[in-house]
Amino acid sequence: MYQQAHSVTEITALIKRMLDRDELLQDLWLEGEISNWSRSRSGHCYFTIKDAGASMRAVVWRSLASRLSFEPQDGQAVLAHGRVSLYEPQGQYQFYVEYIEPRGRGALYAQFEALKARLAQEGLFAVERKRALPPFPQRIGVVTSPTGAALRDILNVIARRWPLAEVILSPTLVQGEQAPAQIVAALESLYRGADADMIILGRGGGSIEDLWAFNDEQVARVVYRSPVPVVTGVGHETDYTIADLVADVRAPTPSAAAELAVPDQAELKTWIAGSVTATTEAALTRIRETRMAVDHVRRAFERLTPMARLVQDRQRVDGLQQRIERASLHRLTLLRERASGLAVRLAGLDPEATLRRGYAIARTARGAIVRRTSQVASGDRVTIRVADGSFGARVENR
Amino acid sequence: MTVEEMTFEQSFTALQETVERLETGELALEDTILLYERGQALARHCQELLDRAELRVTQLGGDAVGLT
Repeated sequence: MYQQAHSVTEITALIKRMLDRDELLQDLWLEGEISNWSRSRSGHCYFTIKDAGASMRAVVWRSLASRLSFEPQDGQAVLAHGRVSLYEPQGQYQFYVEYIEPRGRGALYAQFEALKARLAQEGLFAVERKRALPPFPQRIGVVTSPTGAALRDILNVIARRWPLAEVILSPTLVQGEQAPAQIVAALESLYRGADADMIILGRGGGSIEDLWAFNDEQVARVVYRSPVPVVTGVGHETDYTIADLVADVRAPTPSAAAELAVPDQAELKTWIAGSVTATTEAALTRIRETRMAVDHVRRAFERLTPMARLVQDRQRVDGLQQRIERASLHRLTLLRERASGLAVRLAGLDPEATLRRGYAIARTARGAIVRRTSQVASGDRVTIRVADGSFGARVENR
Repeated sequence: MTVEEMTFEQSFTALQETVERLETGELALEDTILLYERGQALARHCQELLDRAELRVTQLGGDAVGLT
């Protein structure tokens, strides 16, 4: 009899579980060729991966599709990693791609890693060798494609930030087979007398293959020989080329290389304006300090100047004078007092007073006061003075 | 060399030194005034160089290229 029937969903789920449990299918490296590559409006990409004997549906989700470093094309051989599972609504097993690269890239990487190791060994990447960029470059050598966006970006940045510079473009192809030799030649012609004080080596973004010229050994060696600092700006953020490793400074993009290469005049102008204020402040402060110092010295000086001494001397003279005056005055008073004492005493000596007491004064005819008898002889005439007058007399019995 | 003859770098470096010397002080008043005047001249010169500047682009083995 019939066994119990299963639903399509049930069996599809069973097959899906079988696939999902398989270790190989869940961690699968798959080689093949792309066909029917298409990008849906949602951003997911669908294609068929095939070889001579078979083909398989494959999906690249948008999250990965937007980050691919190359543009997948029909017929392109690729190496992909992912898992095989089942899309139940359509009963289709599919390869869900988690990583994909052009076939042959693995060999390229191996070559890249080998060159990198060798040049590192030789010291081409040595940090001690890295030179600082000139702070105010006057002549900037630029090695890039004359028609690329990289040149436009570099010139725009320099024109905005540092228009004092002169840019010397040394044009070159930046991708393709000819590119490495041209880059070498372009650098060398800058080294020969272009008198640049730094060099920007740049290229815009692209696939790893597009950037490959910058992984060339000869390019690396000529960058290493540069007489002036080299800034590289090759590709995008995440791309590191050998040239980047050899350069003195590595920037993630050409614009960023130009930003690193030159100072920003806006910042400089701000600083210069600040310096004007700073010098003015400093000078004013110094003038204030000096004025205070001068005042201080002047006061000190005034105490020491001859004029000041004169003033002092004059004061001293004044002082002496006062003292003299005071002293003289005192003395004068004393003299005056003594004088009046003398007057009193003199008054006591007044002959009139004696006369009033009854004495008389006899004078000779010649007016001399008769003090002794020998001064007169009998018959001489004398004048006698008494208190109220005089009279004449004659000397007798002598 | 007069200030007018200086490159931007020379003028800017001299300006930095001038500001530093002025700010550390310890200068005679006359030197201060001289330095102050020099600083002003240097700043003016730097400013003028920046204001006047226009990027020149030449191409090796070719004619000058314009900025587009």
